[in-house]
Amino acid sequence: MIRRIETHLTMAPTPASTRRAGRRHPLATTALLVVGLLATGGAYALATTTATAETTAASAELIDEGGKLFAANCASCHGMNAEGTAAGPTLIGAGALAVDFQVGTGRMPMAASGPQAELKPVQFTQAQIDAMAAWVADLAPGPAVPPDRYIAGDGDAAHGAELFRINCAMCHNVAGAGGALTEGKWAPGLAGVDPVHIYGAMVTGPQNMPVFSDLNLTPEDKNDIITYLLYVQENPSVGGWDLGSLGPVSEGLFIWIFGLGALVGVTIWLTAKSN
Amino acid sequence: MSTTATPPASSAETAPGRGMRFTGWASNYVDERTSASTAVKALGRKIFPDHWSFMLGEVALYSFIVILLSGTFLTFFFDPSMTEVEYSGSYVPLQGIPMSVAYHSALDISFEIRGGLLMRQVHHWAALLFVAAIGLHMLRVFFTGAFRKPREFNWVIGFLLFVMAMALGFTGYSLPDDLLSGNGLRIIDGMIKAVPVAGAWISYLLFGDEFPGTDIIPRLYVLHIMLLPAITIALIGIHMVLLIVNKHTQFAAPGRTNDNVVGAPVLPAFAAKAGGFFFIVFGVIVLIASFFTINPIWNYGPYDPSPVSAGTQPDWYIGFADGALRLIPPNLDFVDPLGYTWAFGVLIPLVGLLVFLAAVALYPFFEAWVTGDRREHHIAERPRNAPVRTAIGAAGITFYAALWAAASSDIIATHFRLSIEGVIHALQFATVVGPFIAFFITKRVCLALQRKDREIALHGFESGRVVRLPGGEYIEVHEQLDDFERWRLVSFDEYQPLMIRPNDQGKITVSQRVRAGLSRWFFEDRIAPVTMNELESQKH
Repeated sequence: MIRRIETHLTMAPTPASTRRAGRRHPLATTALLVVGLLATGGAYALATTTATAETTAASAELIDEGGKLFAANCASCHGMNAEGTAAGPTLIGAGALAVDFQVGTGRMPMAASGPQAELKPVQFTQAQIDAMAAWVADLAPGPAVPPDRYIAGDGDAAHGAELFRINCAMCHNVAGAGGALTEGKWAPGLAGVDPVHIYGAMVTGPQNMPVFSDLNLTPEDKNDIITYLLYVQENPSVGGWDLGSLGPVSEGLFIWIFGLGALVGVTIWLTAKSN
Repeated sequence: MSTTATPPASSAETAPGRGMRFTGWASNYVDERTSASTAVKALGRKIFPDHWSFMLGEVALYSFIVILLSGTFLTFFFDPSMTEVEYSGSYVPLQGIPMSVAYHSALDISFEIRGGLLMRQVHHWAALLFVAAIGLHMLRVFFTGAFRKPREFNWVIGFLLFVMAMALGFTGYSLPDDLLSGNGLRIIDGMIKAVPVAGAWISYLLFGDEFPGTDIIPRLYVLHIMLLPAITIALIGIHMVLLIVNKHTQFAAPGRTNDNVVGAPVLPAFAAKAGGFFFIVFGVIVLIASFFTINPIWNYGPYDPSPVSAGTQPDWYIGFADGALRLIPPNLDFVDPLGYTWAFGVLIPLVGLLVFLAAVALYPFFEAWVTGDRREHHIAERPRNAPVRTAIGAAGITFYAALWAAASSDIIATHFRLSIEGVIHALQFATVVGPFIAFFITKRVCLALQRKDREIALHGFESGRVVRLPGGEYIEVHEQLDDFERWRLVSFDEYQPLMIRPNDQGKITVSQRVRAGLSRWFFEDRIAPVTMNELESQKH
């Protein structure tokens, strides 16, 4: 592109006076802008392609880095070669997306054995997580981090809501408030969860969650579900404070404690004897 | 009085103003045609004693009025039709979803109709408050013994009102035809189908088809807006008439006896107070409805028999039934050799709940039979002065509360980081053993409080003033109560266990023995009220 424009410019042999007039031409500024924009745009495109080339080139380095991080932080439970031990499952075939979900939400490394890994502050930078993910992905093929178009949250919210009610709500509650599972396990609330982690959970089935493969829910379906969850997060309840979206339990507690409590207070006030 | 004030006063008496003349003429006009003055005179001079716990029934009454007003608004816009339509309203995550007209119109009330969502929330919050206030009112009546003769019938009518309130609440909960209401109906359907022999027939009769069918919502609508409210209003009417006929109970105090009622007359003070209280109740409900979401039906989506959301619960007043179903141990169901299924996992809770409700309804008659007390009682008892009744009440509350808590077992498990099995087992224990523990502790606490009252009545209370006697001994000075305070502590009835006596055929029947046994259980442990003699001797 740049070369073509340059040739176009050099291929205009005009006298100096006309050239000067050309520099003063009313459209000169615009032309210059166009040239500038095209030049920077082209340079950017070139630079980014080089960058991509670099990542693939530096991939081995990244995998190496990930391997070191894995050995230092994960291997005590998952084994030096991610073959798994009594304390943790094998990660061969777990894929980059599983690593991104488990480490990216702070669930891994686990603080303690328990019914299930708990959310906690994330222990690594995204670059470190990517390195570990690359290392695990290098062991064997597994689910990869999805392209942006599947986690954009720009799908059909109504379809997503319907899919959510049918596939997810029995554990996560219709409004994504979470719910109880057996033996002290639970389905976490979904407010504020990053779209890539929602996608990752559906694909990799972490903890007690089932896997929703692409045959079960297509990537577009998953994007619709993400769209619905984002809608619920971004649009607070129109009826006022939602009391945790827990349904009739919190409503019942509220009316007994605050509704009836307030009115009993009023009855005491109304029948109080003046001193 | 000064003489200057007399002329205007007399002129006002002789020549009333135009307004006064009109009022006089109008009231006379009405009275000559309706004899309303008799009613006004009787009602206006009706006395109501003042105690905060006597106003709980009013809370229930006023929230019912709020329910009627907001419910009328909702009927203008709600359409119970089960015709399938595609949602076209403004809530994005439902657009294009097929649903019943009933759910669509409930969503339209929430999103399209001005003030509709507020009215829906007022209606629902007021319904929760209505049943809660009834519950608290019933507890007050129970623990003060205000159900005793002559008020047994009014207790039963109040109980029926409680049942009607639950029925109204449940039919209303089912109307929007969202996922939550459909799940609730499914449980009711399951309970009906568990009834031996007739269950499946009753279910088909009610639903008009295999569950869910399309008949149930319009049928529930008719019940919800016509039959049940009509019965409720009639029962409230009888409840109020009996309240006036029986007169109100009062707590013992100097000048308050079993034969009088001390308090404020209805007109004008009490009526003004009660009218103001209505607006306070209304205001509290509207405030709650303005700031707190209730039943966000748009989250649940249209009813579809396949999904069930986590945290699916009935409204609080049906919770005890839901909890009973959660607590019953598994594997109780079997198929008999004839091929009939016996769903004991549902039947036992169903029968258990009916027995519990029957026990609540019939308790006044039971207690009257056990005590053999045929006197009228107009003095509200302090709970401690009837230890066994109070303990029975505490046991009943524990039983109910354990079932009630079980309805939220999943929420308890997630929010307190417990295992749901642990929660269920703990609540099973609380349901079965808890009432006995509660009974024992409550009875002991009541007796101890009575003993303390007796002690204070006889010896006064500790003044905190320590005095050294000339001999070097330290004593704390006890101060005597004044007569008003002492009255409260010493005026209560003393009961004794009934003697077994042969009847006129000279026989001792089994029921006599049972009755004597129960009577002993009621009154074996008791603290005698302080007598006049004891008080006199204490003074010297």
